Formats: sequence, C-alpha cells, structure tokens
Amino acid sequence: MAKKEYAFYPGCSSQLKASASNYLVSTNAMCKALDVKLTEIPDWNCCGASVGYCEGGELPRIAINARNFAQAETHLPGQDIVATCAACWLGARESKERLDGSAQLMKETNEALAAAGLHYSGGANVRHMVEVLIEDFGYDGLKQPMKKSLEGIKFAGYVGCQTNRPFGIVGESFENPLYLDKMVETFGGEALTAYDQKVTCCGGALAFSEPEKSQKQIRDIVESAYDAGAEMIVTPCPLCQANVEVYQSEINKKQGTKFNMPVLYYSQLMTIAYGGSAKDAGLNGQLIRAEKLEKIAGK
Amino acid sequence: MSNANVQANLSNLARYQNNFLKEVEANVEEGHMVKMCMQCGVCAGSCPFGPDWEHSPQKIFMMIRAGKRDEVLGSDSMFMCTSCYNCIVRCPRQLPITHIMHGLANYAHRIGMAPKGQPTRQFATLFWNNLVKKGRVNELTLTLGHYFTNGLVSGIKTALGMQSIGLGLFMAKRLNPMEIFGGHGVKDLKGFHAIVAKAKEIEDRKKGFTA
Repeated sequence: MAKKEYAFYPGCSSQLKASASNYLVSTNAMCKALDVKLTEIPDWNCCGASVGYCEGGELPRIAINARNFAQAETHLPGQDIVATCAACWLGARESKERLDGSAQLMKETNEALAAAGLHYSGGANVRHMVEVLIEDFGYDGLKQPMKKSLEGIKFAGYVGCQTNRPFGIVGESFENPLYLDKMVETFGGEALTAYDQKVTCCGGALAFSEPEKSQKQIRDIVESAYDAGAEMIVTPCPLCQANVEVYQSEINKKQGTKFNMPVLYYSQLMTIAYGGSAKDAGLNGQLIRAEKLEKIAGK
Repeated sequence: MSNANVQANLSNLARYQNNFLKEVEANVEEGHMVKMCMQCGVCAGSCPFGPDWEHSPQKIFMMIRAGKRDEVLGSDSMFMCTSCYNCIVRCPRQLPITHIMHGLANYAHRIGMAPKGQPTRQFATLFWNNLVKKGRVNELTLTLGHYFTNGLVSGIKTALGMQSIGLGLFMAKRLNPMEIFGGHGVKDLKGFHAIVAKAKEIEDRKKGFTA
C-alpha cells in the first residue's frame, strides 16, 4: 500500500497534450518516488478558473466545483482533494469555503447537483500539492528519496499569485513566501532569495485579452530573474509557467530583449533530484530548454 | 443590448429606486461588503494593472455609495482585474475586493451595461462557454476563438503572428491540433449541463436576470 493517498484533481491544462502536460508527467514521477498514490476524481470537470466570473456568475461556478467534491466524496471517501493547478485549487477551495459558510448556498448548490443525481454533504478537504509536500512530508521527508543534487544551478523562485493569495501556505507571508526557496535548497540548488518579483502577477488570463499590459508584467518577472543572477525560474503554477515561458519570444521580438530563461515546475526539479530521467520530468515539454537540468538528469 | 438585458436593467433600476448601494448589495457577489470600505487606497496601489483602471476599486466603492450607477456599470475598470488577490490580502478592512470586482463585472455584463467589445469581457465569455461545452477547457478552440473574436482578417493576422509559439507548443507536445475535433471532456456531459443550467436558473431568478 502506498504511503499516502489523495483524490487527485489534475485540471484541464495538465491533460495529455495540453499546455501543462509536462506538469502532470513530472508530478506522476515525483509522487512515485514519494510513494504517493494519486487517484483522479472520476469524471472531474473544469473549476471555472477566475476569469469564468463574467459569464459564469457565482452559483454556476460553485456548483461545478461541488460536482467534483460530490464525486470525490462518493468514490474516494476520506481522501483529501489535491490540485496541482493554482487556479483549480483556488476555484475549488473558494467554493468549498463559501459552501461551508452558507447553508443557503449549500441548499441551492445541492438543488443544482440533484439535476444530475448528485449530492454534496460538505466533506473532502481541498489542498494544493505544495501544501501536501510541505505539511504531510516536510522538507526532511522530501529529501529522503533524493538521489542527485541540483548543485550549481541558480533558481529564481517565482511563486506568483494564486498559490500564494488569498490562501497561501500556512506559516508563509503573502509578500515574501519562502517555501519555494526552501524546496530548491532542500535539493541542493541555489535559491536566489534576492529575486524581487517572486509574487508579481503575470497577467493571468489577461495575457490573452490584454497582451501588452501582461507582457509588461512578464518582462519584469524575467528581467528581475536575470538581475538576480538566475539560470532558471521555478514556479508552482501552470499559468505562470506558460505565460512567463511562452511570451519571452514575443517580448524579444517587440522590445529587442534577449530573454531565454527556462521556466520549470518544482515537480520537474524534484523528479530529477529523485533520479528520474529528463523524460520522466517532462523536460522535453520546455519551449526554452533547461540544459543544466538535462545534464544532471543524464549523469 | 438584447431585450432581456434591457428588461432586467430597467426592472432592477425601478426596484431599487436609484439606491445603487442597495442594488449592489442585493445583486452583486459579496456586494454587502462594499460599505465596509474606509477609502484608504491600498487596493488601488496594490493592483498590477492599477494605472489602467479608469476608476480604482477604492473609487468604485465610493461611487457606488454616491449612486453613480451608469459610471460604475458602464466602466471597463472591473475588467482590468487579473485575479491576483493582492488587494484582498492587503485590505485592512478585509473586503473581498477581487470578488466584488468580479461580481460587478458579471452584473454589468448580464444587464447589458458593460462596455461592448471590451477584450476581457469577450475573452471571459468565450472561456466560460468553452468550458461548459465539454465540461473541460479546450485550449485550442479557446485560443483560436479569441484570435477570431474581432473578425476574420484580424484573426488571421493574430494567428499568423503567434504561429511560431503554436508550433513550439506543438513540438513540445503541449498543443494538440486534433482538439479542433472535440478534445477532452467529461463523460456525463448531460449531467454536467443539467447542473450548470439549474444553477444558472436559480441565480438568474434571484438577481432578476430573467425579469
């Protein structure tokens, strides 16, 4: 039996051939090394993300999240729901807190769920994978399966918004959370604690609708990583990863910068530290290759 | 503005007799918290898109109390929210500012007062409709739909401009051209749609959108 079991909520972007598919690949490898069993919530649906507000409104957004809770509660009783995506975690946890706090909302939500023969009774904790790693394993526990050190690589820990606010990781500050730096150090990497854009917004979904305003944010995030001496950026959020990696070439084209900064997930770092191959870590999914990590993986 | 929107707008206007604060409290997500604002301005200074707001959240809260209904609901300010939650965690009075901005944008959108062609209004609508269709987001049709929002010519131009990124994502197995034929989705689509429809029906009834 696995050491720990969770009801897994991978989210839309993590699916096969979607924009964060390498997040899922590396998460699976990381969890295997930690002896964690992730069971997908049967037939899970989208969380609505933040930008769903305009057309989705309040109750429909909460109801679709409650559909996932109802499925988890029924099919994976007693297991915490764990999301890897920052938006999934936020959307789900926000919905859960609203439902916990309002009997009226719970009643209306169950009225909606009943249309599909489902019911939610208020169980199932909603957590982010980073919370699970830090709270259920701890930095020492995470170090145990380590086979290789990430020594010699300088990382800018870019935490971003939604893994950090409004919930964040217990015991961390919103303005200067340190957990990502601590994770980097746990695996032998050099964490650049002077990196000053670690909680700056990348523009989120507005990278699509307001590209110029968002690319100004992204430019600051990447430029500051270079200024701090970083060789790579590491992040816990799939939208941060995509925005900060994908738009570097656009910014170069428009503004004459020469950005070429790899942007990784913590799970990719950990997979390599746990002795996984570049493929296990989804490094073939990078648009900007993380050559130094590939080299460690090949050793 | 469709007829249903006009009707909802006029009937809510009549119901609250120009008491815009009451209207917001009754119909906008977390609207009951608006009057807690003490006008310190931390939200305005904390927003990553701060300079791009016509009216900052701080101003919007005061405008609501001053009854500036057209100016608030017709503004594109709320659509500048990136959902970064900076304002929420910094607000000394703990107003859920992000949610109130979402709620105001949703309300303005549903009663047809939000600015036409506002890019985030368009993208957000496209996003919700995309996820509802299959129960999961189809990134390819979402992206293409967004590029072509403003017509064929502008769409082709944007898509061509972005094709190197698209090709890169395809090569990295992070974009699947076959998604155009359907892609990922929930199995119990009928049930999913029934839940969304029922939730919408309840919310619309409560907020007067079906008036």
